[in-house]
Amino acid sequence: MAPVLEIQNLTTNFYTEYGTVKAVDGVSYYVDEGEIIGLVGESGCGKSVSVLSAMQLIQTPGRIDSGRVLFKGEDILKYDSKGEKMSAIRGGKIAMIFQEPMTSLNPVLSICRQLTEALEIHLDMDIQSARDRAIELLHMVGLPEAARRIDDFPHQFSGGMRQRVMIAMALSCNPSVIIADEPTTAVDVTTQAQLLELMNDLVTRLHTSLIIVTHNLGVVARYVQRIYVMYAGRIVESGPAEEIFENPRHPYTIGLMRSVPRLGEKRGSRKLIPIDGMPPDLIFMPPTCAFLPRCTYKIERCREEPWPALRQVGEKHYTACFVDIGEKE
Amino acid sequence: MSEAKNDHIVEVQHLKMYFPITRGLLRRHVGDIKAVDDISFFIKNKETLGLVGESGCGKTTTGRCILRLYRPTEGTISFNGDDISHMREKELKPVRRNMGAIFQDPFSSLNPRQTAGSIISDPLKVHNMGNKSEMDDIIARLFKMVGLDPRMTDRVPHEFSGGQRQRIGIARALACRPSLVICDEPISALDVSIQAQIINLLEELQEELGLTYLFIAHDLAVVQHISDRVAVMYLGRIMELTSSEELYENPLHPYTRALLSAIPIPNPKIERTRHRIVLKGEVPSPANPPPSFSKVKCRARPIRHRAAISTRDASWPSMIAAWEYHPCVISAADTMYPVCEYRNTE
Repeated sequence: MAPVLEIQNLTTNFYTEYGTVKAVDGVSYYVDEGEIIGLVGESGCGKSVSVLSAMQLIQTPGRIDSGRVLFKGEDILKYDSKGEKMSAIRGGKIAMIFQEPMTSLNPVLSICRQLTEALEIHLDMDIQSARDRAIELLHMVGLPEAARRIDDFPHQFSGGMRQRVMIAMALSCNPSVIIADEPTTAVDVTTQAQLLELMNDLVTRLHTSLIIVTHNLGVVARYVQRIYVMYAGRIVESGPAEEIFENPRHPYTIGLMRSVPRLGEKRGSRKLIPIDGMPPDLIFMPPTCAFLPRCTYKIERCREEPWPALRQVGEKHYTACFVDIGEKE
Repeated sequence: MSEAKNDHIVEVQHLKMYFPITRGLLRRHVGDIKAVDDISFFIKNKETLGLVGESGCGKTTTGRCILRLYRPTEGTISFNGDDISHMREKELKPVRRNMGAIFQDPFSSLNPRQTAGSIISDPLKVHNMGNKSEMDDIIARLFKMVGLDPRMTDRVPHEFSGGQRQRIGIARALACRPSLVICDEPISALDVSIQAQIINLLEELQEELGLTYLFIAHDLAVVQHISDRVAVMYLGRIMELTSSEELYENPLHPYTRALLSAIPIPNPKIERTRHRIVLKGEVPSPANPPPSFSKVKCRARPIRHRAAISTRDASWPSMIAAWEYHPCVISAADTMYPVCEYRNTE
């Protein structure tokens, strides 16, 4: 079965006055029908740029320089970014949930208008049926008294509720893929739990594929089937969620896991092991592995050869590292 | 009792902090935001007290009251035995020398036009601590202490990364050799791989300098890692206060349980099988808090508490000691105060 959405060798650069920022550097990933995947990495690793590129939402000075984005087998990067075909995909076939529900909803339009706009454009609904559908959607995402609140404006909702509205908007046109870019970063943990449960229930029920973009490994642990870990514009490790958590094979992934405190650890029982140093400057990228200066596993070969390509280390498990990090230490 | 109290660097009793809501041209007083509503706790010398809760629960307000950036509406705050809750600015100055503060956002909490060195020397100047060359020595020492290169004192904040800026913030907080440091979400604006560096630095500094921390954060896993005791806040009140091990192993308050279960664990095997208590609804407004906790958000009860509920519709219960609540907990009894009247029969 071919994946619903497949990104192949995507390269996106930003041409700034200081130099070329290699935001996404030859990234490939895919999501199958009904599958939930996680794209994990720190700020500036290119995870958001890669999904925005797939939707052709990159603006100057940014440019998609190479790669293909296959949606159901068709390369949607070939479409004109402002053309009709791309507009039908955006919001219709592939929907996005953005990080900040404060800024991604239009403050001067009612929730009703913002929800029905997509329905009218993509599904050719008339005003009344679009409104009915909007109420149904709000009900589906657990907004209490949906019929009464539909004419309210974004500022009348709390952060968690706004994010529910965003989820309703994403679901409105029955998309095949939903991309959630840091969907829970701006909300509290208890609200985060509510929203994640909700998204998981909905996509499972509607058989939609979901890409969760996040910096928090914990967020994805419960829901995703596969994980891609990104660092400095590249995918450094990918594989099934259990494999990645139990048997990480890239020094960066290992570093990430060691550096977060876990619940229930006695005080002083374990010192956190931080990753030393900082992520590299994406303008002046070293020719070697970009993680090299921070790596504790480095060998001579890492200094001499360019950044290694992903190699298979297990079933569906890939790492971009020369070093064979043992099964368990 | 008095003997034990000497060990308490901070004692907060029945602290209330209300912010008035005013309306109209005459700024008529129409109500209060009850940011902090009757809380009591103490911080022992050289320990770390964690303060955890969701946004708007009053944890930052509590920290600011202790720094006396706010004048509390009611209640007393004593610092090293002196009641500071109604001191005037002049009297406060020597007290504040002994307190430091680290803020959340390393981008907005440093003046972009000042050099790192002068940012750190500001508190020294305010408190007249030495002449120019002495100050330079202190600054160089502080830079080394927080892991920065002393040659970078002439740089301005934008030349530093987020983690380095937070180090400057820490150096500034420590400049006057305070005994108490209020850390208000010191790591939440930082990237995951940098957070651990700052946590470790704070822990090392505490050991080296014998500091006392009030560590305010919303991330329970981080709070638990760094704290000796943890207070869980909700709607301006402390729901439960206990040692960090007890809080995890034996959480008594339904809210604590929900909070614990909401925190994602980076391990799919555990995460997929464990039960998650998803709270329904939203946090009520602190301007108009509901008369009782159980009515609004207590969803843990049907799952965990099969016990008789005597006071479901009564007002908010006040803090009761754990042994009253949970007869089997005796060891840590003096530190546990759940605000819940459900008896746990499990």
